[in-house]
Amino acid sequence: MSGGVDSSVAAALLQEQGHDVTGVTLKLWGGASDSGCCSVADVEDARRVAAQLGVPHYVFNLTDDFTDSVVNPYIDEHAAGHTPNPCVECNRSIKFGRLLDRSEALGFDFLATGHHARVVSTGAGAYSLRRGVDGAKDQSYVLYMLGQRELARTRLPVGELTKADVREHAARLGLRTAHKPESMDVCFITRGGREAFLADRVPARSGVVVDTSGATLGRHAGVTAFTVGQRRRLGVVTGERRYVVDIDPRTATVTIGGSRELLRNEVALRDLVFVDGAPTGSELHAQVRAHGQPIRSSLEGATVCFATPQPRVAPGQVVALYDGDALVGGGIAT
Amino acid sequence: MYLDHAATTPMRPEAVAAMEPFLRGTFGNPSGGHAVARAAKTALEEAREEIAELLGARPAEVVFTAGGTEADNLAVKGAARHARVTGVGDGVVTTAFEHKGVLASCDRLAAEGFRIATVALPASGVVDVDALMAAVDDRTALVSVMLVNNEVGTIQPLEEIVARVRDRAPQALVHTDAVQAVPWLDVARATSTADLVAISAHKFGGPKGTGALVVRDRAAPEPLIEGGGQERGLRSGTSNVAGAVAMAAALRATGSARDADSARLALLRNRLVDGLLAAVPDAFENGDRAQKVAGNAHVGFQGVEAETLLVALDRAGICAAAGSSCSSGATEPSHVLAAMGIARVDALTSIRLSLGFASTDVDIDAALTAIPDAVAQLRHAGAAA
Repeated sequence: MSGGVDSSVAAALLQEQGHDVTGVTLKLWGGASDSGCCSVADVEDARRVAAQLGVPHYVFNLTDDFTDSVVNPYIDEHAAGHTPNPCVECNRSIKFGRLLDRSEALGFDFLATGHHARVVSTGAGAYSLRRGVDGAKDQSYVLYMLGQRELARTRLPVGELTKADVREHAARLGLRTAHKPESMDVCFITRGGREAFLADRVPARSGVVVDTSGATLGRHAGVTAFTVGQRRRLGVVTGERRYVVDIDPRTATVTIGGSRELLRNEVALRDLVFVDGAPTGSELHAQVRAHGQPIRSSLEGATVCFATPQPRVAPGQVVALYDGDALVGGGIAT
Repeated sequence: MYLDHAATTPMRPEAVAAMEPFLRGTFGNPSGGHAVARAAKTALEEAREEIAELLGARPAEVVFTAGGTEADNLAVKGAARHARVTGVGDGVVTTAFEHKGVLASCDRLAAEGFRIATVALPASGVVDVDALMAAVDDRTALVSVMLVNNEVGTIQPLEEIVARVRDRAPQALVHTDAVQAVPWLDVARATSTADLVAISAHKFGGPKGTGALVVRDRAAPEPLIEGGGQERGLRSGTSNVAGAVAMAAALRATGSARDADSARLALLRNRLVDGLLAAVPDAFENGDRAQKVAGNAHVGFQGVEAETLLVALDRAGICAAAGSSCSSGATEPSHVLAAMGIARVDALTSIRLSLGFASTDVDIDAALTAIPDAVAQLRHAGAAA
């Protein structure tokens, strides 16, 4: 229970369904400043909702694990010129890693969260992860790493509802989180934004901005300010619209080019995983960002081939593969 | 089954009875001049006299506060700031396992330019007085050492510390956080030579939000809260009459029962710890039991995270604790165990079981069943994962 409306309603729905529910809020970050996703106010909201539902509530301090598994890799990835998705790593290592293990050790049957996605039984003890009913809020993308072991023990009750339904349900129950705004940003980055966060943690190493022929167009203060596909704040004045097409962290070289130079026919993935074995059909759709449009694709080995050329996927981003609204698997773009 | 008396105790019936008239009828502001005010003033001053007597102080030396943390803040920040104003010194010497009320005050003083020396402890949990004294010098303004540690329950050699500070640095004041000592020690005797002594009512059967600081002659701390000049100008604000009266009643009841309670609870505590160490493989005890108060048990179970174990115990009806609670309710790794040089992995697998006047054989029996069961279950799950 993050203290937001989705997990509040998830707890309420499970209780209505007759489950014996226990609420948990994770303290992941904050230390002395106690800001961001695990602020005292958010914990208090979660605690009050749990009290209103009459269920026990605990706060688990997983700050060490979060730092090791999410924040430090996030910094390292950016230092390498990549574009990591820390929410995905948190789901993998913390929520559906440490928390799922802990819930199992304590004898709980299921772990439920407020994610907008659906766990569907496909018979014979197998499970499928489907997009949430509210397409605009679907979060199956950030859960692409869940395998059969995790899905068998996971419940995502709000995936059956639209966000409007969720808020209506919360309002009907009089939950204090009913009208709380959504959090959109990376929880451990608060004041100053991503660049300031990284500037404090990655030694700045200036380098050059070049075009695709290798001609120098200007200089930059460090590669962490750039993402493949970025077209604003390139620090270089050119006549036409330009995009970052490559980042070489070894030489601190940022290459920019036109939109055609950004196009790729494929993306190679590392750490490819499948929800329930490799897909048999060839007709898949790839999603390359949290709320991106599905792109008709096929999978050859660990390479996703697009039916039509697409802007290059920034290394470090998740590519999730779908068959209809069923998640097939995914990996990290290289 | 409540085994968290070091966090807070249930109220003693004597304290509830004592405060009730001041919640229902006698509502006056003791600072006023009329009959209603006088009744409250009389009760407040009678409570002060009683507390003074039980703490071995004069009534004028007892300053009511809103608890132990405030008393520690007033003592540490107030005394240090006064010493700087008078030119006595700018050094504060304390231990690394003090309550946060002392440590955070020292952090504040450090930011104000004071020299803070924080002395680490041995694994016994009893301060090495030689190491402490090595940090004391001619410009030391204050030495602050708790009488009993809140996590591991160890008793500190306060009389020896005071004597040696007087000898080495006669200008320095000595403060002791005696918050955890009241149920177990004759605080009047143990703190008779200290200049500043902090207590908190809810640790010995009184209400929350009420405490006191004994401020002896030599000490003249700068106030933290200013206003109407109550409490000799050391703590402005309308007096908590009901709290003071209840604290006095709780202190009296605690003193009367102390010797019998301590003897009885030491036996229960020993049965609990020895039972756990015998029943659970790879269990260990933190702090030197021979130097602890009777109510403290602090044990660890290798490979079992305290945070998980506490949830399992809560579900089994056993209330225990680990580390110290932060404002969000998450358990922070114990700074006390770290100060004692205990490895982080051991600290994160250790829990505190603290007994109090309400503890009985039934609690211990339940704990001796539930804890080994929970540890076994969590170890089994951990091995399977």
